[in-house]
Amino acid sequence: MNAHRNRLPYWLTAPGMLVTLAFVALPLVLLFSLSLYPFVSGVGIGEQMTFANYTEIFSDDYFHAIFARTFGMAILVTLLCIVIGVPEAYVLTRLSERWRAVSVVIVLGPLLISVVIRTLGWAVLLGNEGVINNLLMASGLVSEPVKIMFTFTGVVIAMVHVLVPFMVLAVWTSLQKLDPATEQAAQSLGASLPTVLRRIVFPQVIPGVLSGGLIVFALAASAFATPAIIGGRRLKVVPTTIYDEFLGNLNWPLGAALAVVLVLIVLAVSMGVNRLVERRWKQVFQ
Amino acid sequence: MTKLPKPLLVFHWLFAIFMLAPLAMVVLVSFTSKGYIAMPFDGASLRWYRAMLEASDFIDAFWRSLGLAAAAATLATLMAVPAGMAIAWHRFAGRDTILALLLSPLMVPHVVLGIALLRFLTQIGGSGSYWGLTAAHTVIVLPYVLRLVVAAATGFDRSIAQAAQSLGASGWTVFRRIELPLIVPGVAGGWLIAFINSFDELTMSIFVASAGTQTLPVKMYNHIANTIDPLLASVSTVMIVLTLVLMIVLDRFYGLDRILSGKT
Repeated sequence: MNAHRNRLPYWLTAPGMLVTLAFVALPLVLLFSLSLYPFVSGVGIGEQMTFANYTEIFSDDYFHAIFARTFGMAILVTLLCIVIGVPEAYVLTRLSERWRAVSVVIVLGPLLISVVIRTLGWAVLLGNEGVINNLLMASGLVSEPVKIMFTFTGVVIAMVHVLVPFMVLAVWTSLQKLDPATEQAAQSLGASLPTVLRRIVFPQVIPGVLSGGLIVFALAASAFATPAIIGGRRLKVVPTTIYDEFLGNLNWPLGAALAVVLVLIVLAVSMGVNRLVERRWKQVFQ
Repeated sequence: MTKLPKPLLVFHWLFAIFMLAPLAMVVLVSFTSKGYIAMPFDGASLRWYRAMLEASDFIDAFWRSLGLAAAAATLATLMAVPAGMAIAWHRFAGRDTILALLLSPLMVPHVVLGIALLRFLTQIGGSGSYWGLTAAHTVIVLPYVLRLVVAAATGFDRSIAQAAQSLGASGWTVFRRIELPLIVPGVAGGWLIAFINSFDELTMSIFVASAGTQTLPVKMYNHIANTIDPLLASVSTVMIVLTLVLMIVLDRFYGLDRILSGKT
């Protein structure tokens, strides 16, 4: 009876574990090994193990530029999401019940709509013949259409739209844990609202901001659809380069190596930030 | 509590406009009577909705995505319910490792999973197959169901199940009559969120699906890569309306914030 009971949790988790091992862990290990083989044009994957794919990525300026663009974009998107997502999360906690229900659907609802559709909307808005340019031209502010589609700026705008709900969600969750009494106490002692926000509210939601920031950063660095559609062929980021290597050049080993480097950088940044947070804001977590 | 200051309210409405503008544009453009992307202000028409009904490749992709999402969500739920109950109710060696493994698909970028699965499925002779696509979708939606099942099961008073057991109910009866009904809200919410995530998934499917098993997002992406026409807008509008209905259901029963952050 006892031995049977002790094994029960393993039986219950076994199906999920086996499927995850077979279709996530094993393919990832195989992908890493693929990155260690050379690409022979005409033949495909060579036989001698080599670091050539990694040397190519680390020595070629072409790849340096792509990695710099990808992570520059990810950092900028993360900062913008913090700047607009944190105040929005605060507003959500202070709205009346009815307005909050409506606002939550507006702010979080887009998460449930496919990225393809949301990006399509930005393509309609940002194009040379797009709505924003037509408005600008009609108002006489500009005489030539402003080029936003296929630019870095365009991709950043659309990515902020796609990812900012994650930030709002993370910050809002940590705001809900706050004791409103601390705010009221500060206010009753004569603190103005900006002071309360700066000295009482913000320090307590820093963990939420950082966890939201990490989610946004990781998703921005590995985003495919938005940079592919808004950025186009020439404004390449790492995920679109991986796509081109796999489905265009058929250079799978190089694509695999790019994926390994991407994952390692994202992991390193996440772990670095976590380490920093644990040291700097220890008291917040206690 | 003091009222919100004006600048914050103005900011809030600007934020709402920012969130809604691209979706509103897609809906507006879908009613154009022109052959290209344009606002329908000089005469709305249903031209692109009729075109959609005749675009059999989009219709096929829609049904394929629907079937795939239902299959993946159901398979994931069947695996997540026992696993979630074990993790919530039992303390066993390796519990944290198993939980981390089951949630790991959330951490891996979909583009990386996509190429890893393309390579893996090619090696085992399943590339472009429907079962390969279903397996891939099942593993990536499993964490969403699992989080909600664990959350629902954790908040459940175990003494009820123990009472039933002490009164002579078998393990299976306890599960069927007591435990399952109590975690059903978490299971149903998990199934829905898994369904939506599978239905919307693009980046991994692009690599795993073949020309014959294109899902709707993949079909749309490939179409956009060639041309952006109002047909995409009418297809998207239908999707937005369907999602809106699901969204309202989820918000009524669970609250969008809780279901999206994995708590019920």
